[in-house]
Formats: sequence, structure tokens, C-alpha cells
Amino acid sequence: MLLIHCPYCQEERPELEFRNAGEAHVERPRNIAEISDDEFEKFFFIRTNPKGVAYERWRHIHGCGRFFNAVRDTVSDKFVTTYKAGEPRVDVARDADGIVRTKGAAQ
Amino acid sequence: MAKSAQATRNEPLAGRISGSAGVALTPAKPATRISLRADPAKAKALSKALGVDLPLSPKTSANNGKGLWALWLGPDEWLIIDESGGGDPLTALAKTKVLHSAVDVSHRNTAILVSGKGARATLEGGCPQNLSDRVFPVGAATRTVLGKIEVVILRTGDTDYRVEFWRSFSDYAFGFLSETAKDCLA
Ligand SMILES: [Zn+2]
Repeated sequence: MLLIHCPYCQEERPELEFRNAGEAHVERPRNIAEISDDEFEKFFFIRTNPKGVAYERWRHIHGCGRFFNAVRDTVSDKFVTTYKAGEPRVDVARDADGIVRTKGAAQ
Repeated sequence: MAKSAQATRNEPLAGRISGSAGVALTPAKPATRISLRADPAKAKALSKALGVDLPLSPKTSANNGKGLWALWLGPDEWLIIDESGGGDPLTALAKTKVLHSAVDVSHRNTAILVSGKGARATLEGGCPQNLSDRVFPVGAATRTVLGKIEVVILRTGDTDYRVEFWRSFSDYAFGFLSETAKDCLA
């Protein structure tokens, strides 16, 4: 079973306790009443679906219940890192060996 | 004056016992339970009102030695279990001036006590959580999964666990644990 590190429980927990909650860092427009239908469609429906590095929201639904962000390699299904909701996007890069790792001050 | 209707609480697993050599399954006695949500920075005042220190670290619990437990479920969420009978944690919490949400879930939850040398193996028959001594010592508590249902597990002793779940799942939980108890016969 896949183990996922919950940044609130501060340990790796079984995959069964989690639920995927879509793309991370989707920002709701502050002037939502004024934006065009096209812009609203983009914000509301259009999601990236990368092959490789994906930024996702996850929820530790059968654990602490908190939402958090995760970086996952959709090719290998490996979690690169997880971090608390509200924290800035963590930079990652694929190294020469093909493995995605966090860069700089992350984690 | 008309008599008002009185709702009596029927314990869903009343009278049922099960287990196997080395493990006993016993329905827990009636308890008052509170789902408590609050900013952890305000835990001190709430702890004082409750009479038990709200735990602040993941997977931990606290008790006052008199049947009152506080289980950490999340950074701002606790499950309060009061088996003392005389206590009224909801009223106690209402006396504080601290912003919080306290919901009486006494009727929603029920629990099974799993005890004996086969207790851990019985739970491991359907719980993906690591229950080893190193990461789940006595006093550890967590919300997790058992088979297809969500449960809260509290380790109350070396070979004693309390498994809390919603009462509508009680038949499932009791049946599931009865089966895994048979499977863990050494
Ligand atoms: Zn968690």
C-alpha cells in the first residue's frame, strides 16, 4: 500500500485514509462578479492534467481531516513532497536519473 | 400538563459478546461523547473547563483517571469521551468564553473494547494503520479505517484497545472484528 506523508499528522499514513481533492493552487478571482464567462470557465472548469509533475490537493479524510498540498509524479505515482494548505508552491525538478526532487529551501 | 415524550437510548450492541482464545470483544458501556472543534491556541481554557488537558500532538490522548478522555483527531479537533456517568462536558464547555464548537455525538457513536493478547492482531485484520508499539504506544489515538468503515482507535493498555465508530456501522464492526478474532488464533 502507498504511504502518504500528512504534514499535519507528521507521519506517513496508509493511502486508504486519503482522498484526492483536485488541482492545487487554483486561486479564486477576487473580483468574481466582474469577470467574463470565459474567464469564469477557465477558473472553474479548466484544469491542467500533466504527465509528470502534478500539484494536487489531498485530504486526510479518515485521519486528521485536513486538506494539504502534494507534489506527485503522475508517471511513477511517487509523492515528491507534501506541505500544509496555504504554504507557497514548492519548487521541484526532475534530475538526470529521472527522479523528481524538491529544490532549494523546500521541506 | 401533558407528559413530554422521553427518548431512551438503546445501545446498539447491548448484550453481545464475542472473541476467541486470546481476545475478547465487549461492547463499551454508555458514554457521553463530544466532537470538539477549536483553535489549539485556546486549548488551555477549554482544558480547564473540561477537567482534562486537551492533547496537542498528533495521535495522542489524555485522561483524568476518572473515565474522561480527550483524543486528538486533528490540529483543531478532539473527541471527548466521558464514561464517568455524572459528568456533563457540554455544559462545562459552555461556561467558557472561548470560541469553540462542541457537538454532542453520544447517540451517533458506539464502541467495542478489544482486549487480550490477540487484540492487536485482531485489529490488524482490517486496519491499515501501523499499530506497532513504536508508533502506536499505550495512550495513542487516531481516526483511521477498519475494513470499509471509519473508526477511531484508542490504545488504553498493553493489550487493550477501544474502537469507536458510528452506531449504524455497529453490526458491521462487530461482525468484522468477530471474524478477524477467529483468524488471529495463534
Ligand atoms: Zn493527517
